[in-house]
Amino acid sequence: MSLTMKHISVLLVLLLFSGLSALKAQTQAFTGAHIIPIDGEPIENGTLLIENGKISAIGTASEISVPDNANVTDLLGKVVMPGLVDSHSHIGNGSGGDRSSALHPEVRIYDAIDVRADAIKKARAGGITSVNVMPGSGHLMSGQTIYLKLRNANTVDEMLFVDDPTTEVFGGMKMANGTNSIRGTSGFPGTRAKSAAMVRELYLEAQQYRQQIIDADGDAEKMPKRDLRMEALVQVLNGQRIVHNHTHRHDDILTAIRLAKEFGYRMVLHHVSEGWKVAEEIAESGFPASIIVLDSPGGKMEAVDLMYKTGKVLEDAGVTVGYHTDDGITDSRVFLRSAAFGVRAGMSRKTALEAVTINNAKMMDIDDRTGTLTPGKDADFIVLSGDPLSVYTTIEQTWIEGNQVYDHTNPEHNKFMTGGMDVFRGDIVHTHHDH
Amino acid sequence: MKRFLTLSALSFIILIGFSGIDKLFAQNYYITADTLYTMAGDPVIDGVVLVKNGKIERTGKASSIKKPKGYEELSAVVVTPGFIDAHSVVGLAGIYNQDADQDQLETSDPIQPELRAYDAYNAREDLVVFLRNLGITTVHTGHGPGALISGQTMIVKTTGETVDEAVIKPQHMVAMTLGSNLDSDFSKPGTRAKQVAMLRETFVKGQQHLQKTKDERKEKRDLKMEVIADLLEGKLSALVTVHKAQDIMTAIRLSEEFGFDLVLDGAAEAYTLLDEIKEAGVPVVVHPTMIRTYGDATHATLDNAAKLHKAGIPFYFQSGYEGYVPKTRVVTFEAAVAVANGLDRTAALKALTIQAAKFLGLAKSVGSLEKGKDADIVLYNGDPFEYTTNVEKVLINGKIVAEEGI
Repeated sequence: MSLTMKHISVLLVLLLFSGLSALKAQTQAFTGAHIIPIDGEPIENGTLLIENGKISAIGTASEISVPDNANVTDLLGKVVMPGLVDSHSHIGNGSGGDRSSALHPEVRIYDAIDVRADAIKKARAGGITSVNVMPGSGHLMSGQTIYLKLRNANTVDEMLFVDDPTTEVFGGMKMANGTNSIRGTSGFPGTRAKSAAMVRELYLEAQQYRQQIIDADGDAEKMPKRDLRMEALVQVLNGQRIVHNHTHRHDDILTAIRLAKEFGYRMVLHHVSEGWKVAEEIAESGFPASIIVLDSPGGKMEAVDLMYKTGKVLEDAGVTVGYHTDDGITDSRVFLRSAAFGVRAGMSRKTALEAVTINNAKMMDIDDRTGTLTPGKDADFIVLSGDPLSVYTTIEQTWIEGNQVYDHTNPEHNKFMTGGMDVFRGDIVHTHHDH
Repeated sequence: MKRFLTLSALSFIILIGFSGIDKLFAQNYYITADTLYTMAGDPVIDGVVLVKNGKIERTGKASSIKKPKGYEELSAVVVTPGFIDAHSVVGLAGIYNQDADQDQLETSDPIQPELRAYDAYNAREDLVVFLRNLGITTVHTGHGPGALISGQTMIVKTTGETVDEAVIKPQHMVAMTLGSNLDSDFSKPGTRAKQVAMLRETFVKGQQHLQKTKDERKEKRDLKMEVIADLLEGKLSALVTVHKAQDIMTAIRLSEEFGFDLVLDGAAEAYTLLDEIKEAGVPVVVHPTMIRTYGDATHATLDNAAKLHKAGIPFYFQSGYEGYVPKTRVVTFEAAVAVANGLDRTAALKALTIQAAKFLGLAKSVGSLEKGKDADIVLYNGDPFEYTTNVEKVLINGKIVAEEGI
């Protein structure tokens, strides 16, 4: 079948109407808002320009000229800040390693994510645009984590930060110490010392495997046999895959630091409930800390001394501090609350806002893409009715790469903030609670 | 003689110094506030509360009330009455979450109305101290959800070193649960219908117990039935934890069949039954606003309290029960999020203070800053509902019990 002239002209018309705009996307302009760019001072009556999903310019109304053909959204009276980055979450109904072993470096939560899960919609309502989704803490190493951009997606691959998941690293490695992973059952440690010994054994094996690769020097004949467990850990040892280590008690925090230093891997300390007791040691280690804020201490022995002040004490010591939801331990819809509790206990507002944006992005190696409103970065931002740290503030809009993924005036979106009959389906809620 | 007098005076002074002057003379306070919420009228701008001998002496405008001699002056941006938690398990449930400090649920039998909260309350529990430091001064606590009838509740102030020093009412309600939140240790009931059959059987036995003569009852005492009888006679009310709509209706149906006073607890799906609940005349101790949306509470909403209020249904806030973390919630925070989701701010403050006091039968002593009431007072450096506001001082019965500023 050959194309007739009529077909061709229809095609041309179609191209003119739809194709050209795709070739050169229209500039989006958001004007009038109080903009908190995070990488600099807040901007009154700010203008944010977006092209092809990236931030092209940001500044005051007098500094930035809005192109005539731009699609302008007036945000007078609103507050704009970067989309929130959550460095520790369990949204997406995924799970990691099973009970067959305490160490599962080869297990990927990537293979278990439901992109249509309620909790992902809740997270968008809470202003979260990027998230580290992790397997749980019931193992010394429960598997590989995944860094997701919460785009409207049909498949998990459409949410990744990388183009080619078969060759690129797109997540971290979840580890845990302390009581959650001490089960005393077959294959699991019964004590803290045994926990550390098992982790060290595994990394020794990985060091040897890595050495074999180095020694092979590109010679396929000399390469070690493929080993999924070892391949992931070589990425850890090479600094391509960051370890995310669940840890509460002060001595467990120090153990996590000791092991990371011994094997030279990059690590983020997670939860750090007793971090305020060893703030200097954490600062000296150079490892960042991602903190959980709970309404009250306790629930288990190692969290009895959890305090609102952890963030402030770590900030003062010079630690890079983040907050996380650990959703469903705390709810993605009220993530900003965690930063506000930091301020309640004396943390600076500046650090508190960095702790839910750029600092978390750094902990996931995605700070070149998101976490601040910097020209060249992805246009991930939220529109708020007021002060981000006020309980009375509403998250009105969530934007990812120039696309709106949450609009509070749309009932089909807003119901994932408010809840209601048959809105949530009782997704798996991560509670660590073993009966 | 003169020397003797001097010596006596000296030893008296020394005695005072060592024994604690507060026991001899209660400190009186002159507390100023940029905004004073007495909860007995509109907020007072530049207000003052006078505290004398542990009670509220007077409130009003600072401009019209001078500081009496000997009164210590305290000042804050905002002052409110101590907040009231209308349902908790603190003091029975402890911070460690280990078997040894979890006394809110006994699983040897699904129906144990005879269990008294009074016999299990740990006044020195860290979670009680935690709530006190945040300005929660009165707590309705006791046996938790998880059994058909888990036991009794009580009312305490979050002070005192023994249960007797803390208690206001040793026996207040009977805690019951319907729906899928019953502990899995129970061999029965295994279904909702069986739950109701077992409860009805219990209430029928209670009715039969009441038909016995006083002498018969005295001769052969029955601890279980005595409590059920009190329930059926209206001396105690039933605090029934339910979330799903059909379970809410079951609770109402049971209360109507047996004529007991019902309080709905939790009630995540109450927003679907506003007319029915209003018609039944039943108050709701609404679930924590930030309750996790799973299990029976899967369809919980952030605006349930707002909808109850709009419908004219009395509601109160609770810290509730958590099996893991946060081991206790804080009613201030739960109310704040309810306000952020449509609840009138004044209605929220009332639900935490004067309305809760009336609900618990304590309006003569707590819930507002009015002459003659207990001096349970909280000083804040800002709006109590804002996350970033600190509780600076807490007074219970006129004594400063917290001043760490959390």
